[in-house]
Amino acid sequence: MYDIPHHTQETAVTDVKIKAKDVQVYYGNNHAIKDVSVEIENNTVTAFIGPSGCGKSTFLRCLNRMNDTIDICRVEGDILIDGDDIYDKRVDPVQLRAKVGMVFQKPNPFPKSIYDNIAYGPRIHGMARNKAELDDIVERALRRGAIWDEVKDRLQAPGTGLSGGQQQRLCIARAVATEPEVLLMDEPCSALDPIATAQVEELIDELRQNYAVVIVTHSMQQAARVSQKTAFFHLGNLVEYDDTSKIFTNPEDSRTESYITGRIG
Amino acid sequence: MPLLWLFLLVLAIAAGAFVLARARVMAQAGQDRRTLHSLPIYYGSNAAMKSAIPALLVLVLWLLAQPFYVNNAVSDMIPESAIADSSSRGLILAEVRRAADGLDLAVSTGGMTENEARNTRADISDVTARLSDAGAIVTSQITQPVLRAAQQFRVLNSAGYQIMSAVVLLIAAAGALWGFKETKPDFRARNVVEQGVRALLIAAASIAILTTLGIVLSLVFNTIEFFRLYPASDFFFGTSWAPSFSGRGGSSDLGILPLLWGTFYISIVALVVAVPIGLFAAIYLSEYASSRVRAFAKPMLEVLAGIPTIVYGLFALLTVGPLLVQVFGDDGLGWMQAGTAVMTAGLVMGIMLIPFVSSLSDDIINAVPQSMRDGSYGLGATQSETIRQVVIPAALPGIVGAILLAASRAIGETMIVVLGAGAAARLSLNPFDAMTTVTAKIVSQLTGDSDFASPEALVAFALGMTLFVITLGLNVLALYIVRKYREQYE
Repeated sequence: MYDIPHHTQETAVTDVKIKAKDVQVYYGNNHAIKDVSVEIENNTVTAFIGPSGCGKSTFLRCLNRMNDTIDICRVEGDILIDGDDIYDKRVDPVQLRAKVGMVFQKPNPFPKSIYDNIAYGPRIHGMARNKAELDDIVERALRRGAIWDEVKDRLQAPGTGLSGGQQQRLCIARAVATEPEVLLMDEPCSALDPIATAQVEELIDELRQNYAVVIVTHSMQQAARVSQKTAFFHLGNLVEYDDTSKIFTNPEDSRTESYITGRIG
Repeated sequence: MPLLWLFLLVLAIAAGAFVLARARVMAQAGQDRRTLHSLPIYYGSNAAMKSAIPALLVLVLWLLAQPFYVNNAVSDMIPESAIADSSSRGLILAEVRRAADGLDLAVSTGGMTENEARNTRADISDVTARLSDAGAIVTSQITQPVLRAAQQFRVLNSAGYQIMSAVVLLIAAAGALWGFKETKPDFRARNVVEQGVRALLIAAASIAILTTLGIVLSLVFNTIEFFRLYPASDFFFGTSWAPSFSGRGGSSDLGILPLLWGTFYISIVALVVAVPIGLFAAIYLSEYASSRVRAFAKPMLEVLAGIPTIVYGLFALLTVGPLLVQVFGDDGLGWMQAGTAVMTAGLVMGIMLIPFVSSLSDDIINAVPQSMRDGSYGLGATQSETIRQVVIPAALPGIVGAILLAASRAIGETMIVVLGAGAAARLSLNPFDAMTTVTAKIVSQLTGDSDFASPEALVAFALGMTLFVITLGLNVLALYIVRKYREQYE
């Protein structure tokens, strides 16, 4: 069903990282996600686009079981990461979330210092043997978050004092500090100005080297800029999933075409 | 004219002004409300407002001022010689008022005509007899000057009320006329009514503030009076509390330290009980409980806050005290002499404070944005890790504010202490000793036959003032912390 990506030179390895099959999500009686099957590749940025309320964020939150925190939410179907069912009873959702990092729509640094924000995950997972190792982890995460140069002199300053774009990059650094394999981003630029957005987009492209990145976005231009694969959701259905270049130039489904040309959505 | 009638008349004039002004503006506009600046109701309200508010304001001020004026006028009529040794001018004036009431009663029941009641040459024994016939309380103290003064009192009062009625009605009518004259289609009645509403709200707010000011002033004057009779250094630094009542003579020790120590000791015990339990309850309710449990448990917890403190006091006296004696008393560990102790009062007061801490903390924990929790869960933290490391630190300033509010509540608590902690002022470290607090001593200094000019009674005001300053300081600190916290998330 899916073509081999045209730009294989851009993706280092094209193995499947996440495989979802016939996923259904219900909020109470509301059937929010219907029959979604998708294969997300490693070292690839996959964009979920679609109009508001189409279920793209809901589906994203299924991938690290964040929906577990909502009482009325029910998920059916299989979601496999590296071949393991993440909804299996033996899977600890807390461990899963350390493996599948998440960045949210609004930057949400904890009311702690920049250092403690980054060290939060490594500390609760016991990733450092001593202070020096923790310092290393923090520095590496901040460098990967492309924010090290801006904050290296004020690691003890509160994270809430940074600008919006810096806060979001701090949150990305915080997410990569726990060494996840997948990075989920829920409209990470919607609260940012164009300059900060450009910085975060550049960062997303770099992160692709190490992670499978899934990004939900409202901006079709952003999806076109940062992603290699794009999935178009509409009314809880996955309408079309293909290479980004194909989706934006030659979509197969008429709904996709209507959306990307601005007639619906 | 009875006050109620006067009040209703003013309202009737205002209602009339409303109807007339509304009709006038509609007539001027040719019954077309579209040509008016404001809705017709605003023209009516403007006229009603201008007639009722100044009139009622004058009414209130007059009612406050007249007794002062009449009392002064009557007081001048009583010669110094007519005041017996054992009484004072205040008592004689009370007698005058009582006699005047008696005359009123006699006139209204027909035992006396108005002229007889006013007759300044009336025979004193005859008047007395007629007064008792009418059922008025008559004491032997009705003397000629008192009767004269009472008669003058009645004359002045009734004249005052008549003038007041006339003035108030006149003002109401003038205001109605003013509002009516103003009523033209291009008059901005809507804006004027808006100003009126604003003034009304300001008045309501200032009454609350002025009352606080009045309370402080009433404390301040008596406190200054106390410090004139008793040295301030002995009061603030004295380690002994032993008031001797004026009847027995001798000097009293009125040092505040034992009382402050008792207050703080009991409050600390109460907070040690209330803060962990209240905080944990709040965390459970806001983070773990399902909405159904929460809807049931939160009101149940808040029922505790509605129990009168005297009931808590009984609980301390009858249940907690004896229980503690069984364990720590002579039969047990031997630390406790009687059921009334710091521990008894502190434990019960802690129970009383639980809903305070839990309810305020619950609101504050709920105000921590969900995105904080999501961020923490997204990093693979468990629920208790999230609460311990993200939610509580974020809510901490607010929680501290809640604890300080609970502390000022504990410091001001009286009934539980009276019944649970005993009455002995003592500086001791043993929490099983009986101690007492500032509030309990204020009660005991002012109840019974106390002479308000003695330091033993006036000390209550100094104690009250000290307590007021301490709790005010705590409240200000709490509000400051809570406000600082709010700025962080908005």
